[in-house]
Amino acid sequence: MEEFEIPKQPGSNYLNAEYGLKSWLLTKDHKRIALLYLGAISFFFFIGSLYAMAIRLELLTPQGDLMQSSTYNKTFTQHGIIMVFFFLIPSIPATLGNFLIPMMIGAKDLAFPRINLLSWYIYMIGGVITIYALLAGGVDTGWTFYVPYSTTFSNSYVIATGLGIFINGFSSILTGLNFIVTIHTMRAPGMTWFRMPLFVWAHYATSLIMILGTPVVAITILLVALERLAHIGIFDPAAGGDPVLFQHLFWFYSHPAVYIMVLPAMGVVSELIANFSRKNIFGYKFVAFSSLAIAVLGFLVWGHHLFVASQSVYAGMIFSFLSFTVAIPSAIKVFNWTATLYKGSISYDTPMLYGLGFIGLFTIGGLTGMFLASLATDVHLSDTYFVVAHFHYIMVGGTLLAYLGGLHYWWPKISGRMYPEGWGRFSALIVFVGFNLTFSPQFLLGYMGMPRRYHTYPAELVSWQVLHVLSTAGASILGVGLMIPLVYLAWSLRYGRIAEANPWHLPGLEWQTASPPPTENFLTTPIVTHEAYEFAPPEHKEVVGKFERQQPAET
Amino acid sequence: MQSWLPVPESASTLSGDVDALYFYIWGVTIFFTLLISVVVIFFVIRYRRRNPFEIPRPIEGSHKLETLWSVIPLLIAITFFVWGAKLYFAQYKPAQNAIEVYVVGKQWMWKFQHATGQREINELHVPVGRKVKLIMTTEDVIHDVFVPAFRIKADVVAGKYTTEWFEATKPGTYNFFCAEYCGMNHSGMRGYVVVMEPTEYENWLSGNAGQTSPAAAGRNLFESLGCISCHGANAEGGRGPALLGVYGSKVVLNNNSSVTADEGYIRESILNPQAKLVTGFGPIMPSFQGQISEEQLLDVVAYIKSLSTTKPEQATAKPAPSATPSTGAKPSATPK
Repeated sequence: MEEFEIPKQPGSNYLNAEYGLKSWLLTKDHKRIALLYLGAISFFFFIGSLYAMAIRLELLTPQGDLMQSSTYNKTFTQHGIIMVFFFLIPSIPATLGNFLIPMMIGAKDLAFPRINLLSWYIYMIGGVITIYALLAGGVDTGWTFYVPYSTTFSNSYVIATGLGIFINGFSSILTGLNFIVTIHTMRAPGMTWFRMPLFVWAHYATSLIMILGTPVVAITILLVALERLAHIGIFDPAAGGDPVLFQHLFWFYSHPAVYIMVLPAMGVVSELIANFSRKNIFGYKFVAFSSLAIAVLGFLVWGHHLFVASQSVYAGMIFSFLSFTVAIPSAIKVFNWTATLYKGSISYDTPMLYGLGFIGLFTIGGLTGMFLASLATDVHLSDTYFVVAHFHYIMVGGTLLAYLGGLHYWWPKISGRMYPEGWGRFSALIVFVGFNLTFSPQFLLGYMGMPRRYHTYPAELVSWQVLHVLSTAGASILGVGLMIPLVYLAWSLRYGRIAEANPWHLPGLEWQTASPPPTENFLTTPIVTHEAYEFAPPEHKEVVGKFERQQPAET
Repeated sequence: MQSWLPVPESASTLSGDVDALYFYIWGVTIFFTLLISVVVIFFVIRYRRRNPFEIPRPIEGSHKLETLWSVIPLLIAITFFVWGAKLYFAQYKPAQNAIEVYVVGKQWMWKFQHATGQREINELHVPVGRKVKLIMTTEDVIHDVFVPAFRIKADVVAGKYTTEWFEATKPGTYNFFCAEYCGMNHSGMRGYVVVMEPTEYENWLSGNAGQTSPAAAGRNLFESLGCISCHGANAEGGRGPALLGVYGSKVVLNNNSSVTADEGYIRESILNPQAKLVTGFGPIMPSFQGQISEEQLLDVVAYIKSLSTTKPEQATAKPAPSATPSTGAKPSATPK
């Protein structure tokens, strides 16, 4: 791998090119904007985690002894809103995607640098309004805002919170638009569609959902606000409306939103598995197209959230069947990642540990979705802790693990410093153990009948309390596991070992420039002659042995 | 009281079937989780990096394998789908010859009313071995009746009637919960289903007798709300359609379509009379929206049902008994 030639860089990089607050707040550099996002989403993640700890502490006992019911309801609502809209949806795309998509395709920046900065400001305005709503008194509707509770009965800050989410949605739309245009128009010479890293493919699919789905939830929130303010009768049956219509509109976005959260994570994991096994991904095109298939099918399954919501039995059957079809592209990804490991050269660096952890947890998260896509079991399980456990396996076990893995993987590129490897591996292990202990008991709780969003539960059901205690113990371990990287990553910014340009010895374009990169990413526009994950350049052929490399179909 | 398996008590005719499907999906889940984990762990150990400069041989992929691991999961998923759909159909199929109980949810309590007049709050007494059909609505937000021991759940939605049914197989006391978040005291909106031996149940019914049955209460409302002035003192009809025998029958509407007069249709015709006008009748009935509570509405529905002895499922061939001049006639007045 030593043969890869990295051009000598001048002293200036994107971090030291300019100094001062203004140079950050008015930057058009996608890498700096990614760091602005990183700071902001870390803040929101911290707030969301505090709510999670409060929930877990309250559920230690069957009675409500830490807070009142109204406070508890606000706590889980705000945990959901902050985590979904202000952490999970922007997490990987707005930070790692923003930083890496231009670098991976050999571009100097995104197609619309000013719009990129604008999307961060929109995100911040939405965030500030939401934080205002939380401080002013909070919101208690659940993150799902079901009517008529949200329109007529809740006495909390529904409109302010809704406004924050409404505004935040535009940041998502603009990011998606920017990525799509960038991927279409800014690829370096030779960077054909099928030479793009799978991270880019995943973000392309994600961006499609962002621009097609987000407007629907924005309209839905607007309708809730209009109904609440002016009582226009869209959802209120007394005025000729239909409360179930809200659920259709809400889930038309919010189910695809799950794929906004998990597709970028799959993109990260494809990078981790291929690069840390030094292998091209097994079945590249299948993995790439499975992202698009998930994005398309994801729009056709929203009705599986309404199996017990008085939806027609026959509509339920159609949605159930379509939901099972989404499982196929997800299964294809898992099998291809596994096959990529075969006869690889697998390293045990921290990012790979997160990537391997993702495969396990995503497999469980995906398979437990089968219980909920299957109609009869969903009748018993919907709105129970089984659902809570399932989507946390996808969102925390999936998205958060991939996000942490990606952050470690590209940390040398982003910061120019190495994180401490020993601490990295240790905390990855703690996170994995803590996560499983937190959420696996909730599968059992759910089947035993514990409904979600419950402040108290019957004291005579001792087994419920035992499972809640296990879950809370796990959450404490998970909390510790998440604090460790926060500390050592901050530490490494000053004291970490200086990173080489290509510390992992990888062929990806983002590694063929300095760490941290110069503002324009590459000193000369790269010309791409290789496919993604091509570890075996011609001069290594004899080392490899019998392998005959096929000529790529397109040049 | 509970088995060592982490499942709730199984106490309805369908709960065992749901458990069987649940364990089947767990079997597949555990199998694939173990398969993936074992293979991943084996590869990770077997193909660990032994020297920092090694470059493994690239492998392009295999269409055969891709087909195999697309088709096998698809086939397994189809078994989940078919089994789940079949059972769902049984869960939601309207129950025949069931004891009907009217359920009204409100923040944060449950009211049950038996056809024989007994009213209960947060407790429901039913006999073992009989189908019980809950006809449910809400006075405010969406609620949900979830009985883990029976593996049933259905939302209770504002503006319509939803139903669920069960047949308990074991006497006992079972938790039920509100499973749709409904505001401050959501987790307190729970209670017990008390399943009794038939003789015990009869004793319970007679011990709580003397309360007005919903149909009788509905009859009183039918008079006091002035329904009799158009529908007749004995619901024989007049300016409005006759209601004798209308429940369960097919009603021909003024646009020549027809609708089965179930609880939902009767409800709609009281709250929004212009929505589905019976052919031959003008849009002269006022709406009772806001003038009648959900419980009163259920009473009126029960009264109208009591005027008909047929069940909706059995009455599909029966012609509309209402005074229709001729089928296909234009309505005497068009709705505004």
